[in-house]
Amino acid sequence: METIIIILAGVLVSVATYLVLSKNLIRVILGTSIFSHAAHLLIMTMGGLKEGSSPLLGEEAATYTDALPQALILTAIVISFGVTSFFLVIAYRAYQETNTDNLDILRGIKDE
Amino acid sequence: MTALHWVTVSPFLLAILIPIIYKYTKRIHTGWFVLPLPLILFIFLISNLPDISNGDVMHYSMPWVPSLGINFDVYLDGLSMLFALLITGIGTLVILYSIYYLSKNSEKLNQFYVYILMFMGAMLGVVMSDNLIVLYVFWEVTSVSSSLLISYWYQREKSIQGALKSMYITVFGGLSMLGGFSLIYVMAGSFSIREIIANVDLVTTSSLFVPAMLLILLGAFTKSAQFPFHIWLPDAMEAPTPVSAYLHSATMVKAGIYLIARLTPVFGGSPEWFWIVSVAGLVTLLWGSVSAVRQKDLKSILAFSTISQLGLIVTLLGIGSAAIYFDGVPDELYYTAIMAAVFHLINHATFKGSLFMTAGIIDHETGTRDIRKLGGLMTIMPITFTISLVGLLSMAGIPPFNGFLSKELFFTGTLNVMNYEMIDLSTWGIIFPVVAVIASIFTFLYCAILFFKTFTGKFKPENYDVKVHEAPVGMLISPAILGALVIIFGLFPNILSYTIIHPVMTSILPNITEQIEVNFSLWHGFNTELFMTFIVIAVGALLYVLMKKWSQTQFYLNERDPFNNLYDHGYNGLIKGSQAITRVQMTGLLRDYFVYMYTFIILLAGYTMFRSDAFAVDTVNVSEISPYMWALSVVFILATLAVPFINNRITVIVVVGVIGFMMALFFVQFRATDLALTQLLIESVQVVLFMLVFMHLPKLKKEVFKPGFSLVNMGISIAVGAFVTIMALSAFAMGSEAGFDTIAEYFIANSKELAGGYNIVNVVLVDFRGLDTLLEILVLAIAALGVVSLIKLRFTGREDV
Repeated sequence: METIIIILAGVLVSVATYLVLSKNLIRVILGTSIFSHAAHLLIMTMGGLKEGSSPLLGEEAATYTDALPQALILTAIVISFGVTSFFLVIAYRAYQETNTDNLDILRGIKDE
Repeated sequence: MTALHWVTVSPFLLAILIPIIYKYTKRIHTGWFVLPLPLILFIFLISNLPDISNGDVMHYSMPWVPSLGINFDVYLDGLSMLFALLITGIGTLVILYSIYYLSKNSEKLNQFYVYILMFMGAMLGVVMSDNLIVLYVFWEVTSVSSSLLISYWYQREKSIQGALKSMYITVFGGLSMLGGFSLIYVMAGSFSIREIIANVDLVTTSSLFVPAMLLILLGAFTKSAQFPFHIWLPDAMEAPTPVSAYLHSATMVKAGIYLIARLTPVFGGSPEWFWIVSVAGLVTLLWGSVSAVRQKDLKSILAFSTISQLGLIVTLLGIGSAAIYFDGVPDELYYTAIMAAVFHLINHATFKGSLFMTAGIIDHETGTRDIRKLGGLMTIMPITFTISLVGLLSMAGIPPFNGFLSKELFFTGTLNVMNYEMIDLSTWGIIFPVVAVIASIFTFLYCAILFFKTFTGKFKPENYDVKVHEAPVGMLISPAILGALVIIFGLFPNILSYTIIHPVMTSILPNITEQIEVNFSLWHGFNTELFMTFIVIAVGALLYVLMKKWSQTQFYLNERDPFNNLYDHGYNGLIKGSQAITRVQMTGLLRDYFVYMYTFIILLAGYTMFRSDAFAVDTVNVSEISPYMWALSVVFILATLAVPFINNRITVIVVVGVIGFMMALFFVQFRATDLALTQLLIESVQVVLFMLVFMHLPKLKKEVFKPGFSLVNMGISIAVGAFVTIMALSAFAMGSEAGFDTIAEYFIANSKELAGGYNIVNVVLVDFRGLDTLLEILVLAIAALGVVSLIKLRFTGREDV
C-alpha cells in the first residue's frame, strides 16, 4: 500500500507544482494547499502503514498504528490551515488594492 | 605600550582631538597644533638613529589577537627607520607648507588635518609593523585616508573620480596582498616577518611560493603605481598640493617599495622575483618618463615623473635581489643595485617633495598650472625659481646634485646585469642599460620642459587672473629645506652612507652584511656611466631644441594615458554586464523564481542520488492494499489531475475540497481517527474561506496556452512529482532495510502509565510533545492577528484603527 500512496503523493506534487507555476494568484494558493496534502501523506507513509488498531488504548488490541506521525500531521494540518487562510486574505487584499490577480502584473515597480 | 608603539598611535590620538581644537580655536590656523607632533616624532626617531646605525634593532611586542598569532609588534631596523624618518620629516615640512597653502577662512581644516594625521599614523604603522596582518590593517587605512584626501574638495567631480579610482585600484591590490599574506602564513606558520625570514626555507620550498609572491607583488605594484596600475596616480593630482607632495611623491607610493624591499629576503633570489620586479620596474620607468613628456599640467608631469622614478627604484630592487641568488658572494656586482635603490629613494623624496611644493606655489600665486599659459616667472618668483631649478637639475641627473649620483649608480646597476651569471642575462641583460638610457633621456626632456616653459620666455600678465608675485616666506621654508638637502646629499653623500644606507641594506640583504661597503664619490673618473650621462644630456638637449618639430604630432597632443580608456571601458563594462545578468535572472515574476528553485533542487538532489546510487524500491515490507483503497485512489487521482484543467472558480474549489475530504477518508483507512476528524473540519472551514474570498475575486481566466510557457511548466511539474516519488520510494526502502525499530512502542507502553491517557495521539500532543502544540497555537494566533490587521489597517494616510 505504501507504494501506491507514495505515487499518489507524487501526483499531488506534480499538480501542485503546475498550479504554483501558474500566473494566477488563486491557482498558486490552491497549489500550496495541495502541496500540504502531499506532505501529510508522505509523513504518514514513510513510517510504514502497518495494520493495527487506532492508537486508543481502550481498544486493547494486539498492535496499534504508530501515533507519532499522526501527532506530527495534526500539528502540520493546523499550521498549514493558518498559513493558507492568511495567504487567502492577502490575496483578497491585494486584489482590492491593485485590481488584479495576475502575477505578471504584480511584479513590483520597474527599475528597483 | 612602549615609546615605539606610541609613535604609531599618537597621530591617531591627535586626529581625535583635532575637531575639538578646531572648534574652539577658530582664530589660529589648526595646522599649528598639528605641526609639533611630526616634529617630535622626527626628533625622537633621529635620536635613535645612532643605535640603528650600529646594527641594533628595536623590537617590542604587544598582544592584540594572540590566539590567531596577530600581535601589534613594532620593529625598527634600518629600513623601517629610513621610511619613518621620511614620513615624519617630510610630514613636518608638508604640514608647515599646508599652513600657508590652505586658508583658514575658506577651507575645512579640521577634515584636512584629521585625514592627514590618520594617514601619517597608518603609514608609520605600515613601516614599523613586524606582523603581516597588522601591516595589512595599516595598509588599508592608508588607502582609505588617501582617498579621503584626494576627494578633499568633494564638490568637484574630478576629485571624486580620482579618489574612487585610487581607492578601487589600491584596495584591489590590498586584498590580493592579504591573500598573499595568508598563503605565507600557510607556508611558514607565522605572521611575523622576522620569523618568516628566519624560516625562509619553508617558504622557498613550498608550492605556494609563486602564488604568494604574485599576490603580494600585486599589492605592492598597485600601491606604488607600477605599470599598468599607474593610472590612478595622475588622477590623484586633484588633491591639494600638500597632499600630492606628501602622499604621492614621498610616502604612500613608496609603501609598495617598502614591501618589496622588506620581503626581498623572503622571495628574492628566485628568478621569478628577479624578472617580474625588474621588468615591471623597467616598463614603468620607460612608460612614465615618456608619458610625462606629453603632459601639459605641472602636477601631471610630476605625477608621471613620480611613476617613472618609482619604476627606477623597483628595477634596482629587482636587480639587487639577485644578490640572494648568489648566496654569500661578497661581490659589489650584486649589491650595488640595492645601494642605488636606497640612495635614490632618499633623493627622490627630497627633490620630488620640493618640486611638488614649488608647483603648488606657482599654482597658488598664478592661478594656473598649465605650462602653455605659464612662462617668464624667473624674475617674478626668484626664490621659487631657484628651488625648482635645484630640484629639476637633480631629477634630470646633473652634477653636483644628488640625482646625478643616484643616476650614475643606477647605470652601474643596470650595466652589472650583463655580467650576471643567471639565465641568459649575459645576452638579454643589454636591455637593462639601453632602457635606462632611453628613460633618462625622456627624464631630462621633461625636466627641461618643466623648467623652460615655466620660468623662461616672456611674462604675459594677461594669461593670469591674479597679480603674480613671490610666495610668502612661510610657504617657501619647506621647499627650501628640501632643496638644501638635495644639495647637501649631492655634495656630501657619505654622511648618509654608514648612518642610514648601510643599515637599510643590512635589512634588505640580511645574509651578506659583512662585506657591504657603502662609499660614494662625486667624481669617479671617465667610465661607461659617465659617457651614458653625456649621451643622455646631449640627446635630451637635442630633443628639447627640436621640440617645435614634434610638438604638433599626435604623440604630444594626446596627453591622456591610453590605459585610462581600458580602465574606463572595463569599469563601464562591469556595470553594464552586472546589470545585464541581473536583468536576465531577476524578472520579478514569481513563476520564474519557482522555476529556478525547482530546477536546482532536481539537479542537485538528483545528481546526489545518482552519485550515491540511492535508487531503491521496497517490495518486501509493503502492506497489502485493500479493494476499498483501490477505489479511493482512483477517485483521488482523477480529482487531482482534473484541477489544472478547470476554469470555473466554484468547480475548482469544490474539486480541491473533494481532494481534502478524500484525505480524511485516507486517514480513516490508516486508523488515524483524530486526523480524520481534524482534516474534515479544517477542510470544511477552508472551503468556506475560499468561497468567501472568491466572492470578491474576479472570475478565473482561462490560462492562454502558450507552448513555450505551459510545456515547460508541465515538464517541470512532472519532473518534480517524479523526483518526489522516487525519493520517497528509495527512502522508504532504505528505511525498512536499516532495521531500526520505531519509538511507537514507548508511547503505547507509557501513555497510560506516565500520562494517564488512553488516546495516544492526544497524549503525545499535549504531554510528551506539548511544546509543539504550544507553538502551533501561537502560529494560529499570529495568523488570526495578521488577518485582522490586514483587513482593519488601511494606511491611506489617516488613522483608522
